[in-house]
Amino acid sequence: MDTMKVTRRQFLKLTGAAAGGLLLPAGFALADVPRFPLHKAIGEKHSICPYCSVGCGLLIANDLEGHISNCEGDPDHIVNRGGLDPKSVSVPQLSKSPLRLKRPLYRAPGSDHWEEKSWDWAIREIAKRIQATRDATFQVKDQNGVTVNRTEAIAFLGGAANNDEDCYLASKLTRALGLVYVEHQARI
Amino acid sequence: MTNHWIDLKNSDCIFIIGGNPAENHPASFYWILKAVEENNAPLIVVDPRFNRSAAKATLYAPIRPGTDILFLGGMIHYILENELYHKEYVLHFTDASFLLDPNFQGPAELDGLFSGYNAEKRTYDRATWKYQTDANGEPLRDPTLQDPNCVFQHLKRHYARYTPEMVSKVTGCPQDLFLKVAQTFAETGKPGKAGTILYAMGQTQHTVGSQNVRAMAILQLLLGNIGVAGGGVNALRGESNVQGSTDMGLLFHTLTGYLPTPTAKDHPTLKAYLEARVKAAGKSYWQNTPKFMVSLLKAWWGDAAKPENDFCYDYLPKLPSGDFSWISLFHAIYEGKIKGLWIMGQNPAVSGPNVRMERAALARLDWMVVQELFDTETCSFWQAPGVNPKDVKTEVFVLPAADAMEKAGSIVTSGRLIQWRPKVAEPPGEAKEDIWILDRIYRAVRELYQGSTDPKDRPILDLNWDYGDPPDVERVAREINGYWTQDVLDDKGNVIGRKGDLLDTFAKLRDDGATASGAWIYCGYFYDRDDGTGHFMPSCKRRGTKDPGGLGIYPYWGWVWPANRHILYNRCSADASGKPWNPDRVLIRWDPEQKKWVGNDVPDFSPTKDPTEPGGDDAFIMAPFLKGRLFSPLNEGLFPEHYEPLESPVKNLLSSVQSNPVAKIWNVDADKPIGDLVGDRERFPYVATTYRVVEHWQAGAMSRWLPWLAELQPEMFVEISTELANEKGIKNGERVVVRSARGEIQCVALVTNRIKPMVVGGETIHVVGMVWHYGWKGLATGPSANELTPHVGDANTMIPEYKAFLVDIRKAV
Repeated sequence: MDTMKVTRRQFLKLTGAAAGGLLLPAGFALADVPRFPLHKAIGEKHSICPYCSVGCGLLIANDLEGHISNCEGDPDHIVNRGGLDPKSVSVPQLSKSPLRLKRPLYRAPGSDHWEEKSWDWAIREIAKRIQATRDATFQVKDQNGVTVNRTEAIAFLGGAANNDEDCYLASKLTRALGLVYVEHQARI
Repeated sequence: MTNHWIDLKNSDCIFIIGGNPAENHPASFYWILKAVEENNAPLIVVDPRFNRSAAKATLYAPIRPGTDILFLGGMIHYILENELYHKEYVLHFTDASFLLDPNFQGPAELDGLFSGYNAEKRTYDRATWKYQTDANGEPLRDPTLQDPNCVFQHLKRHYARYTPEMVSKVTGCPQDLFLKVAQTFAETGKPGKAGTILYAMGQTQHTVGSQNVRAMAILQLLLGNIGVAGGGVNALRGESNVQGSTDMGLLFHTLTGYLPTPTAKDHPTLKAYLEARVKAAGKSYWQNTPKFMVSLLKAWWGDAAKPENDFCYDYLPKLPSGDFSWISLFHAIYEGKIKGLWIMGQNPAVSGPNVRMERAALARLDWMVVQELFDTETCSFWQAPGVNPKDVKTEVFVLPAADAMEKAGSIVTSGRLIQWRPKVAEPPGEAKEDIWILDRIYRAVRELYQGSTDPKDRPILDLNWDYGDPPDVERVAREINGYWTQDVLDDKGNVIGRKGDLLDTFAKLRDDGATASGAWIYCGYFYDRDDGTGHFMPSCKRRGTKDPGGLGIYPYWGWVWPANRHILYNRCSADASGKPWNPDRVLIRWDPEQKKWVGNDVPDFSPTKDPTEPGGDDAFIMAPFLKGRLFSPLNEGLFPEHYEPLESPVKNLLSSVQSNPVAKIWNVDADKPIGDLVGDRERFPYVATTYRVVEHWQAGAMSRWLPWLAELQPEMFVEISTELANEKGIKNGERVVVRSARGEIQCVALVTNRIKPMVVGGETIHVVGMVWHYGWKGLATGPSANELTPHVGDANTMIPEYKAFLVDIRKAV
């Protein structure tokens, strides 16, 4: 291989391989490729952009705390070939934002502020609301005697930025609870 | 998408209408420009604005918002009139030769209506909307396409009124530009040529949204552009996994895999459901619905689902009659019918239509749960500007969620490509993965019902729900994929399937309870397959880069539903005898020696069916008569017909029917300051439309909170033409008030030459555009465009008419 013609993709691969201490093809002049003192606790991982529906590949690097330290386009990804838009390159800011929600919050009726709550408390209280509303409104049979097992008093929205598996469980759980009002951004 | 992103490079002509991929799907433009540069493919953009995609176009044509059917219908007319359609394709693969009921009449005869309209109920009686059939139910045909009752002749008469003059008069597009577009795209009707149509919400967010899409499908069928590399009708979907969330049934009318949600009226029992669905399926692959449905019930209720209890079919909620879509849902909250609202990763306080009314609805809830990354406008609706928290009785629970990088799982591109994302970062604080939250809520609810003997609680107590603790997303994936619930042997005692093993294809699903699959179209996505280098892994995790054929199919990368088939209806890529139309772009071809279909893609056809046998050209395996449908009954008729948007500045010049006669209209509090208000041209003379910018995303929860993106696009704006700005004395950058019947907002005026006044029916019409990303929370804030948009929906999907409504505009004092 002529080292003068190493493309960016090959270069990334080569430097990655060198950092990982992998074997290079016999006869390859390693000395021609500069070594960088990379100290990555976890190394680069592949991911997919969470914004539009093109599904661009990301290369994500972590810092020692497991947070994202860098994000760039995956040069080997079949669709975006290393290219990214302004949103995709902002992915680290999404994950590391100090404005992210960190604890369950509760707002009581008529209150003008949030209260931080524990997960246990929040989940238990939510389950009680679901049960109370469901039980007060549940219809086992309709006026024609057809088994309908439904409640029209609880609605569910969401999912277009969630994973398939999140959406699947939401679909399964809401239908098991008897919900008919299940909708999300795809409608609108 | 019928096709996929990389396939754009195979196109001979790219036609973008009602979409702006350069802005909203930037990486796709790499492949679009490849077609332009390497195939000399013309790039046509039709849009009210000279947008970023138009900036790269070889041909740009402006169009008034809400007149796409006239434009596309004009193209159909041009193609039929000049005989530029793909004759062999149309004859073999579409229903052009089928004869229609002799009593059927269309808008050409009935001044804008189809036969069977009931004005009082605003619905159609569909008695005449059908093919003539023989004793066996087979449609009667005229292969000469001359019978006045055949679909082809009906189509010709219907679009005879869509002349270039009419197109120009109604859409505002100059006639010579329209003709240039029609001529250029019609070139793809030549055998071996491929043209693609790309569209987004500019086509769908209209009272005639479904018919806009139908018009594109008809155009592509006539030109032989469906099922070929570089062709297709391709929806550019807006979110990273809106395809997957829809596949998983998060809409009131579908369960997973597009199985319709059962209704109390038509599907009281499993037997009734399956019979109705098999009947509706005709000859299509949907005949297999019993296998898909029973496998879904087994996935959901596991061992409790048995043949003797109809596999727990009774546990599924049955829809009452009526509508449960978005706007109806918010009306049900508004009217106090819905008490509790649970939201997972959505920001309706910015994204909903007529959003002042929808925000007001939230204040009438008893309780609301939101799984979110940030404290969005929806989480904090009770402290919106102008709202006194004391007046809002709603209890609000906000649950901090992990973002996409902080959890593992799969998402699906517009091209149906499923890709797995590993967890690459830790969530902040106590934020949790959504499956953890769902799992915890389920467990807590189950605990509350534990010991109940009330039959109504069985669907919860019998639910097949065991994903470990914490829940393992791969166990969820395996359930969606599907597995054998028991050992199954064939007649000779050979093992077909072993209990617990994953299924590789939906072709193996069964209706006897021996298989479970959470979503039949995903059957195989998590099955271990080769990545092309001898390494086996769950199919959606693969990153194999082999591309046999060089068409960009990459069969070893991830997994495409259904069946890793990359281009739908690909039987149409070959002629009736099985020979590819274009030898350089072979998707599949019939190999007479091996007696099977071979090629670069997975056949969307019976793999060993000889094309010369009867049915050998029945290429559309999901259509009831196995043909591409030029004639297809939707709620407002059989062929797309132009109607004006509900709010329009002009009279319908094509017929006396002003707007879609069956559009979904709501009328709550239509006389109050907040309500289902409709504006007229006297008070609101300008046409408004909404759009997005590359620096922001949807309702802003994942962009307006990020410093870089907030800095790049810091503020809400309305885009107006230089001409309108001059008329109103508005300078670029000045603050203006934009007002509709629903409300008014103040924002910055962006004066550009990207929008031009249009001449419609001799009158000058001004169009203004607004970005819809903004709300009052986050780093970049501003009023929401949706405070102005109407509560009116498409007659089939009920999608709101965000893309064409009326406003007034004035300088802010």
